Amino acid sequence: MIVLERVAKTFVSRGGEEVAALADVSLQARRNEFVCLVGPSGCGKSTLLRLVAGLVAPTAGAVSIAGTAVTEPRADTGIVFQAPTLLPWATVLDNVLFPLDMMGKLDAAGRSRARDLLALVGLAGFEGKYPRELSGGMQQRAGICRALVHDPDILLMDEPFGALDALTREELTIEVMRIWRERPKTILFVTHSIPEAVLLADRVVVMSARPGRVAEIVEVNLPRPRDFDMEARREFQDSTHRIRTLIFGARHARAS
Amino acid sequence: MPAPAKLHPLAPWATDIAQPLGAVVVFVVAWELICRVFHVPAYLVPTPSAIFTDTAQLAGPVAMHTLATTETVLLGFLTSVIVSLPLAVLITSSPAIANAVYPLLVVTQSIPKVALAPILVVIFGSNELPRVVVTFLVAFFPLVLSIAAGITSVPPELIELGRACKASRWRELWRIRLPYAVPFVFSGLKAAITLSVVGAVVGEFVNADRGLGYLIVTSTAFFRVPLAWGALVLLSILGIVLFQAVVIVERVFFPWAVDADKQTL
Repeated sequence: MIVLERVAKTFVSRGGEEVAALADVSLQARRNEFVCLVGPSGCGKSTLLRLVAGLVAPTAGAVSIAGTAVTEPRADTGIVFQAPTLLPWATVLDNVLFPLDMMGKLDAAGRSRARDLLALVGLAGFEGKYPRELSGGMQQRAGICRALVHDPDILLMDEPFGALDALTREELTIEVMRIWRERPKTILFVTHSIPEAVLLADRVVVMSARPGRVAEIVEVNLPRPRDFDMEARREFQDSTHRIRTLIFGARHARAS
Repeated sequence: MPAPAKLHPLAPWATDIAQPLGAVVVFVVAWELICRVFHVPAYLVPTPSAIFTDTAQLAGPVAMHTLATTETVLLGFLTSVIVSLPLAVLITSSPAIANAVYPLLVVTQSIPKVALAPILVVIFGSNELPRVVVTFLVAFFPLVLSIAAGITSVPPELIELGRACKASRWRELWRIRLPYAVPFVFSGLKAAITLSVVGAVVGEFVNADRGLGYLIVTSTAFFRVPLAWGALVLLSILGIVLFQAVVIVERVFFPWAVDADKQTL
C-alpha cells in the first residue's frame, strides 16, 4: 500500500547548512496494516509522516501509495497531530467537518458520518460544544474524528497522545485499536513510547537518528484484540526488549 | 462560641462595577475637598462641581463639540481598520514584501503627528479630512502589527491540515488565518480606538472650528478653565465608552476569542 524506496530528505537551515533528516529509508506498509515508528528525537519520524502525507517532497528516492507516486497531498489520507489543534471558533462538529468543508465536499452524508465518528469515540452529545469546553483527551478524540471524517484509507498519527496524561493515553490507545478494528485503515503511528508501539503495531519500525535510518523492523506477534494486560506476556517483553536494545544499546536495555 | 463569619466572594457586579465606581467617587470627593480646603484658584485646578456647572451651562454647544470629535474619531478609526487589514495580509504574504513595507511603516510612525498635522492641513485644506488622516496615522500602526502577529501565529499543524485538504491560499487565509487572528485583531482594535481619540484631538488642536480639542484650545485662551476641564473629562469618557464598545462587540460576536485573549495576551 505505502512504499518508500531509498527515501532521503535534507533540509536547508536558515544559515544555509544542510541537515539530513532522513537517509536511505526503505519501508513498506501493507493495506490495513498498523505500523508504529519509534526512535530517538531527531530520527526523522515526523518528516517521514509528512513525506507520506505529501506535505514535503523527498530529496531523493520515491514515495508511492497504491502504486501512485506521492507528489502532493492526497484526499484519502487523514492526519492526527500531537496537539489537537482544533479551531477555537468552531464547534466540535464543525471541527470534525472542517476537512470536508475545506475540500468543498460538505454534504449530508458527511455530516452523518461525522456524528457517527463522534459517537464512536464517545463524544456523542458534545457536537455543539466548543474545544475550550473539552478536556485534552476529548479534544484529541475530536482530532481523530477530524482525520477520519473523509473516510481515508491511510491514517497518519504524529505522536497523537504525546501531550496527554498517562491514564488518558492508555484509554486512547485502546480506543484507537477499537476504531482500527471497526474501520480498518493503513496506519502509520509515530510514538516515543515503546510499550505503546508494541501494543498497537503489527510491525514496529525502529529508527536511528542523525540522519534518520531504519535500524530494524520488529514484528509483534501478539494476538488481537490486545489490551494492556498483555504487557506481562513473553512476546510483549521480547519485543520491547529488542526495541530498547536497538535504541539504547545492549547495556541500557538490560538495566531497565 | 459564635460561628466564624463566612467570607463570601463578592458578586460579579460588585467587583466589575461597584468597586471601580466607588474609587471614582472617592477620588472626585477628595478632589473637591482638597480644592475647597486649600482654596486652590479655579484657573489652576477647578473643583469638580465648578467643572460640572460650567460645562452643563453650555450643554448644547458642548454636545455639538462632543459629536464632532466622535465623528472624527470614528472616521479615523474606521479608516485604520480598512487600511490595516489588507496591509497586514500583504505584509504576511511574503518576507520580501514585509522587508519592503516595514521600513515605510516605521517612518510613518517616527514622524511626530503634531508636526505633521499643519502640513496635512496645507495638503488637504481646512476641513475634516486632515483631522481624519492624523487620527488614522496615530491609530493604524499597532493595529497592523497585531493583525500581522495574529496571521502568523497560526499553529503550523493547522496550515498543514489546510494544505492536506488542498485548500487554496485564499481559503487558508479566510478560513484559517484570519479567524485565528481575531483575538489579536481585537487587542489591536482596543489600542487603535484609544489612539484614535488622541489623534482626533491632535488634529483639532491644529485646525478645527469645533470638537472637544478645539473647545479646550479656545476655552483656555479665554480663561474658561473649568470648561476646558469639562472637555477633558468628556474626552476620557468618550475614550472609555468607545473602548468598551469594542470589548462588547468582541464578547457578543466572538465569545471564543475573549477566552483566547486571556490565554495568549
